Amino acid sequence: MASVKFENVTKRFGGFTATEGLDFEVGDGEFVCLLGPSGCGKTTTLRMMAGLETPSEGKVWIGERDVTRVHPKDRGISMVFQDYALYPHMALADNIAYPLKVRGQPRPERHAEAQRVADVLQIGHLLDRMPAQISGGQQQRTSLARALVTPSDVYLFDEPLSNLDAKLRLDARGFLNHLQRDMGITAVYVTHDQAEAMALATRIAVMDRGRIVQYAPPLEIYRRPATTFVANFVGNPPMNLIEAEARIEGGQLHLQAPGLHLAPLPVPAALATRAPGRLTLGVRPEHLALAAPGAANRIEGRLFANENMGPETLVTVTRTEGEARLTARIFTDEAPRLSGAVAFGFEARHLHLFDAEGLRVPGDGE
Amino acid sequence: MTDHLRQFLGRAGFAFFTALIGAIFALPLVWFLFAPFNSRAELGLAIPEPFSLSNFRQVLENSFAIRALGNSLIQSVGGTLLVALAATLASYALSRSPLPGKRAVTYVLLLFSSVVSGSAAMVPIFLMITRAGIIDTHLSVILVFAGGLLPTAMFILRDFIDGIPRSYEESAMVAGASPVQAFFDVALPVIRPGVVVVVVWAFVNIWGSFLIPFILLRSAEKMPASVAIYSFYSEAGTPIVTLLAAYALLYSLPVVLLYLFVSWKFGFRFFGGIKA
Ligand SMILES: Nc1ncnc2c1ncn2[C@@H]1O[C@H](COP(=O)(O)OP(=O)(O)OP(=O)(O)O)[C@@H](O)[C@H]1O
Ligand SMILES: [Mg+2]
Repeated sequence: MASVKFENVTKRFGGFTATEGLDFEVGDGEFVCLLGPSGCGKTTTLRMMAGLETPSEGKVWIGERDVTRVHPKDRGISMVFQDYALYPHMALADNIAYPLKVRGQPRPERHAEAQRVADVLQIGHLLDRMPAQISGGQQQRTSLARALVTPSDVYLFDEPLSNLDAKLRLDARGFLNHLQRDMGITAVYVTHDQAEAMALATRIAVMDRGRIVQYAPPLEIYRRPATTFVANFVGNPPMNLIEAEARIEGGQLHLQAPGLHLAPLPVPAALATRAPGRLTLGVRPEHLALAAPGAANRIEGRLFANENMGPETLVTVTRTEGEARLTARIFTDEAPRLSGAVAFGFEARHLHLFDAEGLRVPGDGE
Repeated sequence: MTDHLRQFLGRAGFAFFTALIGAIFALPLVWFLFAPFNSRAELGLAIPEPFSLSNFRQVLENSFAIRALGNSLIQSVGGTLLVALAATLASYALSRSPLPGKRAVTYVLLLFSSVVSGSAAMVPIFLMITRAGIIDTHLSVILVFAGGLLPTAMFILRDFIDGIPRSYEESAMVAGASPVQAFFDVALPVIRPGVVVVVVWAFVNIWGSFLIPFILLRSAEKMPASVAIYSFYSEAGTPIVTLLAAYALLYSLPVVLLYLFVSWKFGFRFFGGIKA
């Protein structure tokens, strides 16, 4: 087990900057998720940890060692590749056991070990097949098994569950979570599935266009997103963002937007010294509830969609004639047959404020 | 109904036409198979009457020609091994290394190779080989062929290797393999079909070449079959058809066997797909 540290790491491909000024640390025994949209530099970051890509600037540390220019084989890592990278000429058993073969373990022992890991991942019955003879999900689990078959200082996972069906994905996720809790492995896990990140991570690094925009524990990211980007990326469905006209009057903050009725708020310290102008108001779908037309804090609109998800229902309304939509997640039991005008109520303490640049305006006490 | 008829006539016409073309191409092959067993073979096509092996008996008495088959084997196998080995290593390096200008290298080599193995460079090659003191040796033939074929072989293989994801070797290295280990364990087995193509191509090329051994070799006991085949011409330069046919059949056997072996052992695959 070891920690991983990035010191101001930038990676350029020709003129294109794939990651910029990455500066963060993955603690010993931590399970960090790199979360972000396609092309934001997650794989590139992981490959620099693995030594498959050399940073254009900055340093990479694993434990006490500067590994910036150390060969992958000497880094003490395991990795699951985004494209699996199974060796097409080897049966599954040999694929999984390959890291053990390199370490000089005799064949019977390494095959026994491969069998053990494969059984856990429910591919134990496929070990004499070739990679071309199994399904995509099975290939992905083979690749995962190969990474887990040896003890490593750091485990790197590049979307290892993306091709599994819902049930298998939950099983494998539970297994990884167990590994982390039980064995205290250090892992860096790339995903663009925020639910997966929430479930597995001790900390999440949310990435956007080659930069880390927030690095914090999952609940912190959920409760206090640092930017509108994070707010929009984390949460299912994502946070509702409402552009509002802001002014300070009589020592209170007044927010105005189509369909919004909001009692004046206390002025956050960060806004006391500057004119707020436009602000973005955020409220999570799960913090909205159906409201009476006269409630003090409410948002009104016309019903757009009503999706029953079992115990919960997603109700979407349009606030204006245009596109400004708003989604609420409410208990199905509480959702009567809606039609026409709908009003959602919320509590002021569940509001998030972001300034014109999209940065969080910290509430008092944050 | 007329539509059906037209369709039928069209098909029939097409089939007839292709059969005709096929027959035109097949005739020489049929001659090639029949003439060796015909003690009175001429240039015309004739079914042997009776089938006889007397042509082969006479060819076997020509010890120069028989030894030449062995020489061809030495030179072709030697040259092919050298080409395959060097091309595999070189094209792997060219494909995987971040060397700037590596594409240009292959193209320039390719350009020059057509000069090297072409007749234009025969005089300088002859002089170089003489200076090097290896004139009239198998080695000289092997080296000159290797030099001439290598760029094209590298070109074919590099393209093939470029098409193979790097993540195979990358995952091997992450698993703890050295670059050399990753090459032998993972990369080489995957690029083997490409190497097989190069082996067959190089072997066929060297086996059939006349000019280079003709110029570089003096002594009769080193001549390959491509040169020795001229011993079945009379003083006046006319071919002794019976013997020539028998020898030609013997001469073509190794190439046919190589194709059969490769196709049985590996299946002919090129660029990740079609199996013969
Ligand atoms: N070898 C390369 N040469 C040039 N550009 C590259 C290279 N590798 C990655 N990039 C670019 O860098 C950016 C980040 O790529 P990366 O693979 O890290 O994205 P990602 O976050 O893993 O995306 P995804 O979720 O789709 O896998 C992309 O815009 C990509 O086009
Ligand atoms: Mg990726």
